[in-house]
Amino acid sequence: MAAKDPKKYWRQNLKYLSILLSIWFIVSYVFGIILVEQLNTIKFYGFKLGFWFAQQGSIYVFVILIFVYIRLMNRLDNKYNLDK
Amino acid sequence: MDLQTWTWILVGITFTLYIAIAIWSRAYSTGEFYIAGKGVHPIANGLATAADWMSAASFISMAGLISYSGYDGSVYLMGWTGGYVLLALLLAPYLRKFGKFTVPDFIGDRYYSNTARIVAVTCALIVSFTYVAGQMRGVGLVFSRFLEVNIDIGVLMGMFIVLFYAVLGGMKGITYTQVAQYCVLIFAFMVPAIFISIQMTGHVIPQLGFGSSGADGIYLLDKLDGLHQELGFHEYTSGSKSKLDVFFITAALMVGTAGLPHVIVRFFTVKKVSDARKSAGWALLFIAILYTTAPAIAVFARTNMIETVSDKKYEEMPQWFKKWELTGLISFNDKNNDGLVQYVGDKNRNELTIDPDIMVLANPEIARLPNWVIALVAAGGLAAALSTAAGLLLVISSSVSHDIIKKIINPNITENGELIAARLSAVVAVIIAGWFGINPPDFVAATVALAFGLAAASFFPAIILGIFYKRMNKEGAIAGMIVGILLMLFYMMKFKFDWFGGGSKEDWWFGISPEGFGTVAMFINFMVSLIISFFTPAPPKKVQLIVDNIRIPSGSNKPIDH
Repeated sequence: MAAKDPKKYWRQNLKYLSILLSIWFIVSYVFGIILVEQLNTIKFYGFKLGFWFAQQGSIYVFVILIFVYIRLMNRLDNKYNLDK
Repeated sequence: MDLQTWTWILVGITFTLYIAIAIWSRAYSTGEFYIAGKGVHPIANGLATAADWMSAASFISMAGLISYSGYDGSVYLMGWTGGYVLLALLLAPYLRKFGKFTVPDFIGDRYYSNTARIVAVTCALIVSFTYVAGQMRGVGLVFSRFLEVNIDIGVLMGMFIVLFYAVLGGMKGITYTQVAQYCVLIFAFMVPAIFISIQMTGHVIPQLGFGSSGADGIYLLDKLDGLHQELGFHEYTSGSKSKLDVFFITAALMVGTAGLPHVIVRFFTVKKVSDARKSAGWALLFIAILYTTAPAIAVFARTNMIETVSDKKYEEMPQWFKKWELTGLISFNDKNNDGLVQYVGDKNRNELTIDPDIMVLANPEIARLPNWVIALVAAGGLAAALSTAAGLLLVISSSVSHDIIKKIINPNITENGELIAARLSAVVAVIIAGWFGINPPDFVAATVALAFGLAAASFFPAIILGIFYKRMNKEGAIAGMIVGILLMLFYMMKFKFDWFGGGSKEDWWFGISPEGFGTVAMFINFMVSLIISFFTPAPPKKVQLIVDNIRIPSGSNKPIDH
């Protein structure tokens, strides 16, 4: 059965990893550090947006990323019958 | 009731609780001692990981550091949380599938070499000892301020408690004590934060409070930026460090977090691979509660502090000011003899120095909260320091009893003998840590932050390549780890302790601080590993099968017999 091919499982895992880690990089290093001055010109509630990403937003996104990964991998394990 | 009575009561209750848990969850086998018999529920493991991870530095020092450095403090917030994404996605599930006891176990088996194992044990010991000394110091600090006992007696009391539950319960005892400690520390951190947020902004949630406005209708952050400008400090919401350095420090802290042995080993304690992923998620969620509150506390404390002291009469300073003055952590020098406190950015005119470490501890007093809240903060600080110290001591003792004695010196040691060795090495480790706490070498404070650089420079590449690159062999990994950790040690000694000719900020390579240098050393470790492995033979077939096996969550993962 093709669905049991561990190579395919691994490749799918790597695909998830690259997408999620790109988001991880963007919210912290790009929004919180590299583009912080540009984003700081935008006001969001009482925060400057770049500052908010560096001290709040990036952390919320990190939490969400891990829980998304858990869901994706549980589904993938299930599909390949690897959840035993 | 006065503050000291409250503190004794709360510290007494929490310490009794920790001891009771330790007796209830004693360890009877090496499996229980090292990894809690692999039976920890993912949420419990998430709680324990959060307490393990959040040290005296997170609880006591971080909000204070942020309140002094403003935007620059973001490196700690992003660095110490972002590492969990790496852990959850790149390390935890595979290391759990591998299913052994320690990080050097993985390195030793994956790189089929006892040399690799010894290098890894050495790195683990260096990282853990630099880290644990700071924790014992934190215990001493809390005791001396709140219970007004001698700092050394405070350290001894802390040692006794840790000794009791770490030696008796091993990982199993530590895990369940850490669950309790997380509850104590998060409650102690949140209660004053919520009180102050309501006081200053009317918001119950501090995360929203520090982005809103006070009674005067001005946004709190705008007000603080204004105060900073007036007094000649750099603007709170923008940084003073170079962008490159902020980038490198953040990366070193993230990668270091993912490479710290006492954090990684927590993921060995759950039942299955999917539980390892889950507990990383829960751990970060529990950590994020404190880490998103800390910057709010920083802003509240900073604003409060400036408004309380700036240009006010020294004679009329509140009681907390005088009390902390006695500990030497606040000092006032009336340079222009006008009897007023000038707190300004210009070093020549500034008359007040405040150690950032006291911000969280003094914050409830500055905000005039009731005594029981202040006492709660003391209990929370102790919970944070003790939980981390215990986790580190376990790594140290299992490195000695399992990686060195069982795997290298005497493979025929009995289960019972190994358990005794584990307990004895825990005792020795506690004594050494306590000694460092009582006689802190000057470099302790400086090295705690650098422990991350050391972890990033040594373990992280070897583990990642071990999982994601099948062709990586022992020659490459060993060379990479040695070059990485030596380079990091060299840079740290040169620029922190003035060895090897020393050097100042201007001499930093590419303008990167020692705190951020872990990232550079990590890249060099990766490059050395890849280049050397390219010119040396591929790992044996058996090892390639191990790699295939750990990439898949199910199937046999029989650890080589114990």
